[in-house]
Amino acid sequence: MKRGGLFARARVNRLPRAWRRPLAVAGTAVAVAWIAVALAAPVLAPHDPLAQELPRLAPPGPGHWLGTDQLGRDILSRIMYGARVSIPLTLLLVALSVLVGGLLGACAGYFGRWVDETIMRLADLVFAFPTVILAMVVAAALGASLGNAVLAVLVVAWPAYARVTRGLVLGVREREFVLSGRLLGFSAWRSLRVDVLPNITGPILVLATLDIGTALLLLSGLSFLGLGAKPPSPEWGGMVAAGVDVFDSWWVATFPGLAILTVVLAFNFLGDTLRDALDPRTARAIKERAL
Amino acid sequence: MSRTSVPSNAGADGGGTAPPSRGRTASAGRGAGRGRRPRPLVRFLIRRIVTALLLAVGITLVTFVLTNLVPGDPVAANLGQRALGDPAIVAQWRADHGLDRPLPQQYLMHLEGLLHGDLGTSQQSHRPVLDDLAGAVPATLELAGAAILVSLVLGVGFGVVAALRRDRLSDHVLRVLSLVGISVPTFWLALVAFYVFFFRLQITPGSGRIDPGMTPPPQVTGLYTVDALLSGQWDVFSSAVGHLAAPALVLALYTIGLLTRFTRSAVLEVLGQDYVRAARAKGLPGRVVLFRYVLRPALVPIVTVAGLAFGSLLSGTVLVEAVFAWPGVGQYAYRSATTLDLPAVMGVGLVVGVVYLVINLVVDVLYGVIDPRVRVS
Repeated sequence: MKRGGLFARARVNRLPRAWRRPLAVAGTAVAVAWIAVALAAPVLAPHDPLAQELPRLAPPGPGHWLGTDQLGRDILSRIMYGARVSIPLTLLLVALSVLVGGLLGACAGYFGRWVDETIMRLADLVFAFPTVILAMVVAAALGASLGNAVLAVLVVAWPAYARVTRGLVLGVREREFVLSGRLLGFSAWRSLRVDVLPNITGPILVLATLDIGTALLLLSGLSFLGLGAKPPSPEWGGMVAAGVDVFDSWWVATFPGLAILTVVLAFNFLGDTLRDALDPRTARAIKERAL
Repeated sequence: MSRTSVPSNAGADGGGTAPPSRGRTASAGRGAGRGRRPRPLVRFLIRRIVTALLLAVGITLVTFVLTNLVPGDPVAANLGQRALGDPAIVAQWRADHGLDRPLPQQYLMHLEGLLHGDLGTSQQSHRPVLDDLAGAVPATLELAGAAILVSLVLGVGFGVVAALRRDRLSDHVLRVLSLVGISVPTFWLALVAFYVFFFRLQITPGSGRIDPGMTPPPQVTGLYTVDALLSGQWDVFSSAVGHLAAPALVLALYTIGLLTRFTRSAVLEVLGQDYVRAARAKGLPGRVVLFRYVLRPALVPIVTVAGLAFGSLLSGTVLVEAVFAWPGVGQYAYRSATTLDLPAVMGVGLVVGVVYLVINLVVDVLYGVIDPRVRVS
């Protein structure tokens, strides 16, 4: 027993200090819980998310813990299944943004000249629009569907990664180990892949974690506007929109909104912690306080 | 961005061997002998304005390309069933609207139209998009202006408090609150606020800009609060402020969170500087140190973020106005997007894009004025 206690404390002490703060613990717990809900939705959900039963617009209570919507569908089950729509799509979206933005930014920084000019002016153009407006315009032009909404958010999300990656690559490009790689006969791609990319992943990961929340807000916002998921699909933004029509049945919009809020908050807590852990100045401050 | 644009613009501004006419006028007042190049601030301004103009052209290009991406046929959207059956009428309509010409030529026609204020015709209201927007812009400006004012006061205030009380309870509370602020889905918060404050507690008035029975004040600026004050109608003024409060606060929450976080880190950065320590060491009162030595340098990054925050406010209006039935650009955009009224959506994109561009230009210029280092580099 005693040994177990000591062992446990030793393990906790080995965690980086930033990760022992309450916000980091809460963020990790909530994010893991939501991912678990998304994975286990078919087991956990008490009802079929699409089944229409009576009573309609039933307030929260036994049988339907979070009530039912105007078609008599169980809101708790829809939120659980909604996690299978919103969370993977958001993660996919951020992964695509990192990939597209990172690749374009790395090319801009590494090759310079007209490649740099073209890519960065394109990024400036995207930055010239407020995000929801541009995403809305793109989604409206492509037609309302969840896939097109993802594409629309991707269009507004990649430039941030392109800018950061370009800056990081510019910093690494002239370093000796990159130059010696080129002297050894590495092709541009090999040099980028082997020498440059591994040295710039940290800050990009922080940006990506912080961006998960923003991406989910944008995606559900588009669905709220009717430009994302189509009606029967249990997407959280669309579920909030359904609540606009039945105003006095507060539970219809409130719970899906809370689901969005908790996921975004969890990833923002995580991103904040990651940034503190990787930013030397804040990391030092945490260390000094802990000592 | 500036790294690559400096050489090209320096050349265009009259540097090098070209006759330095603009450079001379810029520094003539100073009587400086080495007036070959314009002063840094002038060069900085010219560079920013040229970039903004290029971006404005880019915005028109983006909306044009997106309009032409649409699978739907504009002919089908604008002509009736019987007219569609007649190939001659369809061909005539296409020729009249320039749709039979190559895309680059169509783009030039589109630009020419824009210069004459032609943003197309809304498929919903069958009115020119420009007229629709002209009616909606003042409402949105009033809402966004109120929101940015609230965000600046509260965001900067909270940020300064958090920085000065670093690692105390109030700092932690503000940190969590600001994170909540940037994590709340605006459209959901708008619904919750409307339900709680109007429907349940009945503290705030309902949707719209003033009470239903009231006549709007005589239009001067289009902002009901200002116009009511100008005409001395106090009842209209208080009604307008009441209607403005809830949507403005909901809209401001995100920017308050954003500004709190940035102000905190900007102020912390400055607090660690030697000159602040020196000012304190020589016994200056805390308030003087804060306002004169800490806040001014800290304002530089805050101004930039406030500019960006305005962009997110404009985005937020789309989601907030829809819920509060606020008759502004956001609600117009929402209606146009949900009915896939493309000319209207593109008009909103164009107008909001250009407004955002102008705001960023102003922010850039302010940035150069506050921090001399920016315009030199």
